[in-house]
Amino acid sequence: MRFALIADEVRVPIDSDADIVSARQKGRELASHCGFPSTDLAVVATAISELARNIVRYAVHGKIILRVVDNHGKRGIEVVATDDGPGIPDVALAMQDGYSTSGSLGLGLPGTRRLMDEFEIKSDFGKGTTVTVRKWKR
Amino acid sequence: MQVPILKQGAYLIATVQSALTDEDLKQLRDALVGQVSKVRARGVIVDVTALDVIDSFATRTLRDVAHMIRLRGAETVIVGIQPDVAFSMVKLGLSLEGVATALDLEEGLAYLDRKVKGHNHEVRTHR
Amino acid sequence: MSDVKELATPTEPRLESTASRLRELVAHLRQQRAHLREEWARLITEAKLLTAMTNEEVFAEATSVYDNYVEALETGTYEALQAYARNLSERIIPRGVETHEVVGIVLLLRDVLARSLFAKYRDDFNKLNRILDAYEPAANRIAITVAVGFVQERERIIREQQEAIRELSTPVLQVRERLLILPIIGVIDPQRARQLTEQLLRGIRSNRAKVVVLDITGVPYIDSAVANHLVQTVEAARLLGAIVIVTGLSPEIAQTLVNIGVDLGKMNTVGDLQGGIEEAERQLGYRVVLTKEPAEEPA
Repeated sequence: MRFALIADEVRVPIDSDADIVSARQKGRELASHCGFPSTDLAVVATAISELARNIVRYAVHGKIILRVVDNHGKRGIEVVATDDGPGIPDVALAMQDGYSTSGSLGLGLPGTRRLMDEFEIKSDFGKGTTVTVRKWKR
Repeated sequence: MQVPILKQGAYLIATVQSALTDEDLKQLRDALVGQVSKVRARGVIVDVTALDVIDSFATRTLRDVAHMIRLRGAETVIVGIQPDVAFSMVKLGLSLEGVATALDLEEGLAYLDRKVKGHNHEVRTHR
Repeated sequence: MSDVKELATPTEPRLESTASRLRELVAHLRQQRAHLREEWARLITEAKLLTAMTNEEVFAEATSVYDNYVEALETGTYEALQAYARNLSERIIPRGVETHEVVGIVLLLRDVLARSLFAKYRDDFNKLNRILDAYEPAANRIAITVAVGFVQERERIIREQQEAIRELSTPVLQVRERLLILPIIGVIDPQRARQLTEQLLRGIRSNRAKVVVLDITGVPYIDSAVANHLVQTVEAARLLGAIVIVTGLSPEIAQTLVNIGVDLGKMNTVGDLQGGIEEAERQLGYRVVLTKEPAEEPA
């Protein structure tokens, strides 16, 4: 972990539909405690929703870890979406914005990257996926 | 979580009360499409004021609803998208293109009145 | 403290560890507290630092800083000091205290304490060196902690002020029922763009606006990131059932929009603000008719 952790992390197991809602509500709460403005709360909740859905759709089981982090006085929220699913064979392709705006194909990753300030993805065929995103308080 | 659907004249009004899971969204879609045919509604309003997140799945489902309802000869308008939610949607790249939107219920009804009653000499099956 | 492992070398087993040296030093500093604190306060006044504060205030803060300083030396942890530095900064920044003053007084304290150590151990040069080996890294770290805490607090305040200025500089004007005008003047940076969007969308909601005229006559240029943001703002407004008419598009900005792939034919643009308002009124169903001649100017 590159950044200092403030307080405990919140872990949300993602196994079903309902967990998507639960994860984004917890994310919203955490961001709200950090003092993020309301626009950012919606942004963070939406990003979590997209990431959690990917877990449910493609990996069946996984978890979302929510953390408040500190980078030399700058506060932020970190979301780690991780699963032991099949992994993404071609990450570069998944990160391309090639499909229609409804996102009927693909994983919504480019969109999620646009929503957040930082985006990291680690995935290998057969080895699961971990997506880490962060939003910093301005 | 059932979304209540009310009939008001020739229109159906579905008012979302709280966060919807993907399953809830699918049920809403099926319920609306079924009801439109059953009561021969001319217009449908989906009030999403209570939604604090509209992500790619919700957007897709709303588009599906509008499309399927149009195939049954009725107009759909989505009302009550919150400013923060709208902002997140466009950042994510979702624009609900091809689906009518209005500020709130009042505007939605005005829109349907213009669209439905103003064009009652036309029979619209699809765009 | 990580240096405990480095300095307790096996070749000098009979000498004290860093921890015990620090203990000795802290005991000395506590014992000499009154004298050293006074000395320090005197030097602060001599160096003409903290002139924005009264002598009583300087002495009171000097006491707190001194105690926090010694405690940081003793515990080897800096969180309490960091919190104190932020708290202190929050109090003194509105008084007009500047960065060089804060750094100056902390360095003065470091020197006052160091001199006192020179005096105490002047007869044992090796012991003095060992004590300084323990003191100096810790003292430097303290200076940095306080200075950085101060600077971070200043930056936070500046950011808050900038946000307030941005809000003031992006008025949302309701000229007619359901019609809003947003005149933008000056360069739009990403922060301002975000604020613009928030104000526009909230304005649509609270004024129940159906048309928004976004006038960018006063904007000289925008980069492609901000251009993207503008396009997103227009799309978001549509989700709230409003249309956005962009007026005052300079050729440069038009080019930037085309470069990022915007089909200007699809975007509602009108030449100037007046034309934009007329178009907006048309969209809303208004028709402006002149009913009589305007009042004559007095001769």
